Amino acid sequence: MTKSYEEIPLTPISDSPSTINMTGLWRAFRPVVDISRCKKCTLCWKFCPDAVITLVDGVPMIDLKYCKGCGICANECPAKCIEMVKEGTE
Amino acid sequence: MRMVMTGNYASAYGAKAARAEVIAAYPITPQTSIVEKLADFVSSGEMKAKYIPVESEHSAMAACVAAATAGARTYTATSSHGLTLMHEVLMWASGARLPIVMTNVSRAMAPPWSVWADHMDSVAQRDTGWLQFFCEGNQEVLDTIIMAYKVCESRAVMLPAMVIEDAFILSHTSEPVDVPEQELVDSFLPPFNPELKIEPGKAMGFGSLVRPDQYMEFRYKAMLAMKEARDRILRVEKEFKQVFGRDYGGLLDKYRCDDAETVLVAAGSAAATAKDVVDALREKGQPVGLARLRCFRPFPHDEFRALASKVAGMGVLDRSYTFGAAGAFFTEIQGSVYNCPKRPVMKNYIAGLGGRDITPKILEKMFEDMQLVTKRGVGGEVEWVDVAGLPRRWR
Repeated sequence: MTKSYEEIPLTPISDSPSTINMTGLWRAFRPVVDISRCKKCTLCWKFCPDAVITLVDGVPMIDLKYCKGCGICANECPAKCIEMVKEGTE
Repeated sequence: MRMVMTGNYASAYGAKAARAEVIAAYPITPQTSIVEKLADFVSSGEMKAKYIPVESEHSAMAACVAAATAGARTYTATSSHGLTLMHEVLMWASGARLPIVMTNVSRAMAPPWSVWADHMDSVAQRDTGWLQFFCEGNQEVLDTIIMAYKVCESRAVMLPAMVIEDAFILSHTSEPVDVPEQELVDSFLPPFNPELKIEPGKAMGFGSLVRPDQYMEFRYKAMLAMKEARDRILRVEKEFKQVFGRDYGGLLDKYRCDDAETVLVAAGSAAATAKDVVDALREKGQPVGLARLRCFRPFPHDEFRALASKVAGMGVLDRSYTFGAAGAFFTEIQGSVYNCPKRPVMKNYIAGLGGRDITPKILEKMFEDMQLVTKRGVGGEVEWVDVAGLPRRWR
């Protein structure tokens, strides 16, 4: 519902953080990590543009609530242990 | 206290007098001595401010945006390529409605590489939503910084402002300047107290996404604010005169225009020279006047319409050029007066690019030419003045 210019503040201000946007819903391809082959080089963690990877004992844990499925981690992984799988398939 | 100082030091003393709380600093010729002087003030303890040396002008403006969002009175200074590197963040500053004040030492854009006076950098930022004040002298630079904070921080305006000095002609030329008493400035300019600001412990996202159904209303508000700024500039200047005894002619500073038949419009230091030329020509009996474009934004529409209905000829001197069109001052003034029932013959003079001197002699010839075309009609609407290879009629 469009508000009158008189009812709005000078600049748009939101009172909730941007984490309310579940950007994982945008994803077409899902990263799947084969932990057994991970060399713990942490390159995926360094390159992830959305900072959705956390390292647990050097191994990536990807937060699928926010991962947009860009595939940069899979592309950078020297061990090729991250595979991009189309959503809706196994 | 009266001191002899450059335009750049006048800027620094202006920011100090206004009690700027955050200064972002990145050097560029011919601006550097402004932030150097401010560094002196801060390190000696004369000025209580957070001084942030940043890694680029884009970062300088980003630092100002962040500081102003947190409610600090914020100042920076730049020039030429530094200003144009800021372009994106200039838009952010105005859209976020942050009353940042910045000095731009107006300098030519490269190539050809040049560090000298030219208005191309400032004019190219006309659509960023900043107020723009072109100054003709060092005292005006200092006073305008103080006034700009008062105009911009008023709740009905909340927009940023650019105070413009011509490179070297003002920035590095010394003049006597009155540095006002701090108590007087404090009584004139209260501390910055924005309605909304970032506060620790209170999560708020400023400048967040809006959909097409709400975007225009925010832009409409900024338009109203710029409109309000016109009245506010006049009111604040009136108040400034009461306290400090000086004023600068509002948005359009008219010099001997009342009974003039032909006027020249100019901005910056060339306008000051042109006032002397007007005096000389008046002594010879020529009915000429000078209208100094002090504010390019907000644009003085009402003032130009009133002036246009009174004079027969109006020459416009642009110290920049919009390629493929004409001088920006010229096209805007022409557009502004188009619907006036009576409007003057108009001609555009492009002069002084890259710091070429706009001498009294050249200005005298401009007035002569304008009086001639007013009688005979305009041959070419836009003339480049004093270009080697063209007929040498300007020397």
